[in-house]
Amino acid sequence: MTENPTDGPREQGIQWYDGEAGPLVRPYAMTGGRTQPGPTGVRFDLIALVTLAPAAPAVDDDTALGPEHRALIDLCRTETQSVAELAADADLPVGVVRVLLGDLFELGCVTISRPVPPAQLPDERILREVIEGLRAL
Amino acid sequence: MMLTSRPEHLHHEPQPALPREVIMVSEHSDAAGDMSALALKILVAGGFGVGKTTLVGAVSEIRPLRTEELLSEAGQLVDDTDGVDQKVTTTVAMDFGRITIRSGLSLYLFGTPGQDRFWFLWDELSQGALGAVVLADTRRLEDCFPAVDYFEHRRIPFVVAVNCFAGARAYGAHDVSRALDLDRGTPVVLCDARDRDSGKEVLIRLVEYAGRMHTARLLDSVS
Repeated sequence: MTENPTDGPREQGIQWYDGEAGPLVRPYAMTGGRTQPGPTGVRFDLIALVTLAPAAPAVDDDTALGPEHRALIDLCRTETQSVAELAADADLPVGVVRVLLGDLFELGCVTISRPVPPAQLPDERILREVIEGLRAL
Repeated sequence: MMLTSRPEHLHHEPQPALPREVIMVSEHSDAAGDMSALALKILVAGGFGVGKTTLVGAVSEIRPLRTEELLSEAGQLVDDTDGVDQKVTTTVAMDFGRITIRSGLSLYLFGTPGQDRFWFLWDELSQGALGAVVLADTRRLEDCFPAVDYFEHRRIPFVVAVNCFAGARAYGAHDVSRALDLDRGTPVVLCDARDRDSGKEVLIRLVEYAGRMHTARLLDSVS
């Protein structure tokens, strides 16, 4: 293999993770070599909340999904999870989970909340609620 | 024994450009999402071995989870890997915990990587963070300087929590505040990172302070 891996890794996913590629590729083998989630390019925040879409298409016989995709779906089935929790529970690096979630998002299997915009702290009412909640712990 | 003072020259480092991904996220931040649940993020920073994971564990309702971020391309820019194959990746572990305030409102705590060379990871973590706890050990106060500098530059509300290790000489909050040359109003709390109530108090002080900072900025922007 003499091809440059940056020449369209998406089209040549299979050839991308050969022995020459070294340790960089291995965790991304389950994403077909992709390190960025889908065409939308949105990077999911660690605390973005992932919910199973109520109208999620049946994924049982969808061959586009790998075992890791299914594992993530199963984890979301029990409760809404943050990206960080999904990564820890699925025992996968966050970067890989982001790519897989991007796939599930595009297939309409999950909805993913956006984090609070940086310049916009939650309003005072919520902060008070947090303080009271902490006191009551 | 004197506390090590934070040197002046560290205070105003040039701010590194935000990674591309971060900018992309902010561009999309107004996109419609699931608004029914809200998650808030608090960072726990400080030097290596200062008790970040201990603090997260003391207040978290789940056992602290560990997640790993693989650094590849970005990592090559900052990792000094002279003579090492360029393809070697760095794995950065983050510890995190969760506190559920009520259904649909939870607080996530992230123990940030101890090494300040991973600043780009902090940028992503600090995106949208409510605030930060900088844990300090008075025996090696200098270990928390990078964290203090970082949050000051980003104007992210933070409190300094002095983890009172047994055997460490006790300094007053005022001594620590002066040694760190903190802006007036930045809270300094003495705490025991192993103790749940103590950890809760630190978080309460932070959320109160974040609220005050936010109100002050709103007033600034309309005057």
